[in-house]
Amino acid sequence: MLLALIGLHAVLGSVVLTAGRRLGRWGLLIGGLAPAVTVVAALALAGPVLDGDPVTSSVSWVPQLGLDLDLRLDAFSLLMIVLVSGIGTLVFVYAWHYFAHAPKAGRAAGLLTLFAGSMLGVVLADNLLLLYVFWELTSVTSYLLIGIDDADPDARAAALHALLVTGMGGLAMLGGFVVLGQDAGTYQISELLADPPTGTAAAIALVLVLLGAFTKSAQYPFHSWLPGAMVAPTPISAYLHSAAMVKAGVYLVARFAPAFALVGVWRPLVVGVGLLTMVAGGLRALRPFDLKQLLAFGTISQLGFLMVLLGIGQPEATAAGCALLLAHGLFKVGLFMVVGIVDHETGTRDIRELPALGQGWGPTRAVAVISAASMAAVPLTAGFIAKEKAYTAFVEGGAGDRLVLVGIVAGSMLTVAYSLLFVAALLRPGAVAGETERRVADHAPTTWFVLPGIIVATATMVLGIAPALWSGLVDAAAGALDPEASAHLKLWHGVNAPLLLSMATLAAGVAIFAARRPVGRAQARLAPTITGLEVYEGVVRGVLRFAARTTSIVQSGSLPVYATIIMATAALAPGLAMVTGPWWSGLPETIARPAHVPVAVLLVTGALAATLATRRFAAVLLLGVVGYGMAALFVVQGDPDLALTQFAVETLSVVVFLLVLRRLPDRFERRRPPVLEGVARVAVSAAVGVVIAAAAFATAGARTEAPVSREMSERALPDGDGKNVVNVILVDIRGLDTLGEITVLVAAAIGITALARAGRAPGSRSPGRADPAPQEVEP
Amino acid sequence: MTPRRSLIFDTTTRLLFDATLVLSAYLLFAGHNQPGGGFVGGLVASAAVALRYIAGGIDEVRSLVNVQPWTFLAAGLALAVVTALVPLALGDGPLNQDAYEVQLQLLGKVKATTATVFDTGVYLIVIGLVLMIFEGLGDERTEPADLAEADDPASDGEGAR
Repeated sequence: MLLALIGLHAVLGSVVLTAGRRLGRWGLLIGGLAPAVTVVAALALAGPVLDGDPVTSSVSWVPQLGLDLDLRLDAFSLLMIVLVSGIGTLVFVYAWHYFAHAPKAGRAAGLLTLFAGSMLGVVLADNLLLLYVFWELTSVTSYLLIGIDDADPDARAAALHALLVTGMGGLAMLGGFVVLGQDAGTYQISELLADPPTGTAAAIALVLVLLGAFTKSAQYPFHSWLPGAMVAPTPISAYLHSAAMVKAGVYLVARFAPAFALVGVWRPLVVGVGLLTMVAGGLRALRPFDLKQLLAFGTISQLGFLMVLLGIGQPEATAAGCALLLAHGLFKVGLFMVVGIVDHETGTRDIRELPALGQGWGPTRAVAVISAASMAAVPLTAGFIAKEKAYTAFVEGGAGDRLVLVGIVAGSMLTVAYSLLFVAALLRPGAVAGETERRVADHAPTTWFVLPGIIVATATMVLGIAPALWSGLVDAAAGALDPEASAHLKLWHGVNAPLLLSMATLAAGVAIFAARRPVGRAQARLAPTITGLEVYEGVVRGVLRFAARTTSIVQSGSLPVYATIIMATAALAPGLAMVTGPWWSGLPETIARPAHVPVAVLLVTGALAATLATRRFAAVLLLGVVGYGMAALFVVQGDPDLALTQFAVETLSVVVFLLVLRRLPDRFERRRPPVLEGVARVAVSAAVGVVIAAAAFATAGARTEAPVSREMSERALPDGDGKNVVNVILVDIRGLDTLGEITVLVAAAIGITALARAGRAPGSRSPGRADPAPQEVEP
Repeated sequence: MTPRRSLIFDTTTRLLFDATLVLSAYLLFAGHNQPGGGFVGGLVASAAVALRYIAGGIDEVRSLVNVQPWTFLAAGLALAVVTALVPLALGDGPLNQDAYEVQLQLLGKVKATTATVFDTGVYLIVIGLVLMIFEGLGDERTEPADLAEADDPASDGEGAR
């Protein structure tokens, strides 16, 4: 059932992606089916899940690695599915209008569906490695989504930025997962959390896992990719950055926190990074002129908040985090939808250019105001309930809790300020920018375009007024993370410390908004001289420079140098092993039969003559003599199969050699190499010869185990139905290897043709004319 | 290739060519019990093709079969992969093979194994590879000296044949 839901996403997504151009925005309808069905299915399963009885399914995949398709739907996953698939469905509806005339609607629809499926996999996976697989799938699909406008270099750069940062974090996380899994003896997440390892190894592993979560959820100092990712079309931003992708890190931290909060540096690290992100992101959100950038930094700030709540591992905070998770998803997607509508209808989202929103914009403005109010935690919204809960969680704790409380109150004040800024910029852009006159927007959005926004705004209000509606879900979700956690969301707790704090937060937020110019100036002075983006770019530049330098050393472009390195390695590695190892068991018989003598003479003569040849053709023919000599040796030793192969290969390779050599000068270049180079060549050649000969002697006497060939010979006829053991090995015992090898042959054939035809492809540069020296590699 | 051809060499080649192909087919089918197999069989057939190439150049090789070399590669790979996958569909390991004994009129009792099918795939790929090599490297008209003319569509005989 659970696997089928993920499979549905994969199938529909692939179909839409393949047929993308033809389907156009109808692809949204087909792709949107997958999250819609998922929501219905999840709600159908909700009964037992909310009672604390998770739905599980398991299919064996790679048991040797502990990698099984273990899926588990508990109440917290259910909450995430409400976000991922529920809000996802609304985003599809919204995108129907947003992408009305977009040529890439079909492609976007297919990728969004695949992305939704990957995200569903992340929240359902009950196996560390499986979780990692889906995690990386979200990275890859979001890379394609962010860069969907592939003609725009900014979009490509932003997509790559997101992929590199989250990918690096993901690799660290994989390392952490493996250490954790080995330490605990299981890769199943539910088992791992039931009996968590606590040693030093686990502590280090957790830091690695956190690195993955931090990069994915855009925590400072890894946040810089998220604002850049706003180049994507708004439905994509709305989905990736409100409901889904960036929540993956929060989800992971929430899962692990109750079990691991006290192991190693987990709690100080998560809480510290979360608070820093919340405050710094909030400050940064006060500055941009682009409404979408404002929301991006707002998201970063809120993710920091979520990180603190869900990562600290205290039952009350966990419950508050679950509530905020849902509230944030609702209001943030509403805000993104508003920005998308404004952008779509007026062509700008820059505060300095926004027109006044006149007639027909009522619903849009309402969605904006309600969602922003929820973000600012104004009473009677879902955001208020969640933030009250968060304040309550920390208000009665010890000194540490008080410190955290100070941090989140400060962050929330900034949240109020930038929420106000958002609303003010949208409704009174002139006032914010300090002008009096603004043109009025030409046309207003249709009701259908705003409808998804109206739905989420209504949900925000309803949940804010009647908290009992979602108290059960949040309660169960928190309980699934931490049995001691319970939500009990209520509208009115009486006049108490959290309420007073909330009021103070709102008041302070208004004050900061009013004083945003001086605040902005102070910030500009205090702001660090190096931004996250610059660090990222510096790292990328450094890596590229390092790679270029390494390549210029390793890949000199000189065939003799390559040959020397390869040959020297071939001589050194086995040579060292033979000198140090217990290899010598005396000389084997060298000449066992009279027939060996002429063959040996042929071989030695051919080899010597090949080195003395001055013409290329002659050298190849003499090498062929050596090859035939080897074949003769196989005949003498009684191995007709090998001999046959060797004869055939030798014949053909001489012909192929000749084909290639026709393009080279007839005679070898007569050039006396510098003395040092000459000495080096002789030394390497001699070393290779000596080592190979010694290896031949040594290996002949070095066998310590019974040869495997005996068993192969015995089982060839009964198991492989063949008397020719060599052939049975090729087609049966090592059949899969053979399949791989012939695939390589096909690839090689294609490669040869491609190389040989490179010079005659129509429209390509002719190596003979346009580029006088194509074979020379530039230093 | 060069217009000058040796009559004796030509005739000998024609004679040898068919015999070599028969030998290669024999090697392919006998391979499971006697020396031989798909790889060697393919190499021997390729050697026969090489002989024709030496006698008559690339046009001679092209006149042998009227399908493109990559058709051999594709057919061979498809055959091998299908042989590998069929046992999977039947619930065995990949490439699990089976043998059948058939009574034929002239030949008597013949044992056929599914391994021969796989070997045929290998055989076709080896031939395809060699044909590709001749196609890629053996075309006189794209010698480095001639590359200047290769830009001229009239001399690009590839697509027109």
